[in-house]
Amino acid sequence: MPTTEELSGFFWTSGRDGVLRLLGCDACGYLIHPPVGYCPACQGRETSPTPVSGRGTLYSFTVNHQPWDGVGDLYVIGLVELEEQPEVRLLTNVVGVDPSDVRVGMPVEVVFEDHDPVFLPLFRPVAA
Amino acid sequence: MSGFEAAAVISGIGQSAVGRRLGRDGLELTIDAALEAIADAGLTVADIDGLSTYPGGTGVYPGFSGPGTPAVQDALRLELNWHSGGMEGPAQVQAVVNAVMAVSAGLARHVLVYRTVTESTAQGTGRRPGIGAGTPIASGAQQWTTPFRLLSAANHLAMYTQRHMHEFGTTSEQMAQIALNARRNAALNPKAVFTAPLTLEDYLDSRMISTPFRLYDCDIPVDGSTAVIVSAAEHARDVDHPVARIEAVGTALRGRPSWEMWDDLTTMPARSAAAHMWSRTDLRPADVDVAQLYDGFSWLAMSWLEALGFCGHGESGPFIEGGGRIALDGPLPLNTAGGQLSGGRLHGYGFLHEAVLQLRGEAGERQVPGRPEVAAVGNGGGPLAGCLLLTRSA
Ligand SMILES: [Zn+2]
Repeated sequence: MPTTEELSGFFWTSGRDGVLRLLGCDACGYLIHPPVGYCPACQGRETSPTPVSGRGTLYSFTVNHQPWDGVGDLYVIGLVELEEQPEVRLLTNVVGVDPSDVRVGMPVEVVFEDHDPVFLPLFRPVAA
Repeated sequence: MSGFEAAAVISGIGQSAVGRRLGRDGLELTIDAALEAIADAGLTVADIDGLSTYPGGTGVYPGFSGPGTPAVQDALRLELNWHSGGMEGPAQVQAVVNAVMAVSAGLARHVLVYRTVTESTAQGTGRRPGIGAGTPIASGAQQWTTPFRLLSAANHLAMYTQRHMHEFGTTSEQMAQIALNARRNAALNPKAVFTAPLTLEDYLDSRMISTPFRLYDCDIPVDGSTAVIVSAAEHARDVDHPVARIEAVGTALRGRPSWEMWDDLTTMPARSAAAHMWSRTDLRPADVDVAQLYDGFSWLAMSWLEALGFCGHGESGPFIEGGGRIALDGPLPLNTAGGQLSGGRLHGYGFLHEAVLQLRGEAGERQVPGRPEVAAVGNGGGPLAGCLLLTRSA
């Protein structure tokens, strides 16, 4: 599980109310990820956790076969471009779909996996 | 050639035994390689006044780092004017670049540069666990990967490759040529670890690691040490063989140095380093006679082919199709010692050693015909890249 003790703590606990949040610049709205208290777009230093839609597009993915952690199941690791700011790519697991049906470019939406206090943001295909 | 690179040459090379589970101490292997390189450069241990290594004695993973500079300095009782070891820089060749800078700046005259791995022995009969596997709380950079069970660079680079396939139609059959070419060349390298013939069918039938990477897309951990001597250019005339001149280095890193936030995952920071290297020389990609490009995963070598301009962006698949262009007798012989895929993961320095051997015409059965004069060496993958353009002295 990720730490909740760092600047990123809000990101990992955000899903408690079902909403994904990223650090946003108070002055210009740019999403700064991973979270840093400096806006590379406008040099602003005031930032706050900012709700986002949780929708995005699957930029790329891989189906892992090698049992690095000894489990041995197939699982999908993906990179999701956020609707609000596509250069933010969230590394995640793609769930709710057979690994053989995953495609680059799929519309996806966030779904949280409850590990209270951490709510892991995973993504599933948007129902057509 | 007019940059600082002109001040230095690679005057000598050396390499220990290379193999699986040699069961020998990393410092012992390093001394083997160092003494061979020092003698090859026409020097004695007392002549060495600089010491440089990648990644330094970090102990990040068992067997990954080899001995740090203090251990080597002490073992050889070196009297040093300059020393450096570290891993934050332009990939593995940063230790060579640092040495060239030190010689150019007048801080040292003969720098021993080495890279040692004992990853095979360190793994014993077991498998290296995934990076971060079993860590209860992930912090720092790992918090973004281990919770999603991204536990290997294979997973990251598989996503780069998948995107390349999506945008350009690159196929597994094309990518296979990197592995098949490496295996053919390895059969001519007495130190290579995998030399049995490998067919396209074997490749396609091998087990999946992380789509689209199969077993034969992944390099193999070994034990071994490689050393080179970076000397002041004037020393070239005191050596009884051709030396490798450093025509240009590529050290740039532009864009976000992040596996997932890099702007275009069909490229790597290799594109920054390569563009930087070409900006420092009048030579052009067509002048290169032999290429030694990092193949920790097969797609990395394809990405380097594109970054260095041997083919256009997205065109590496068609470029290597059938394997003829990159074969020993082709227009751009690639990874002539078998690369890391079949030769073993000497972590960048096998490529450097082989490039110098080829320029000197000493590569034995796998010698590229026609006296190669220019060699390109690309190191690194993911958010790290560094490259060298080497030429042969008369
Ligand atoms: Zn801003």
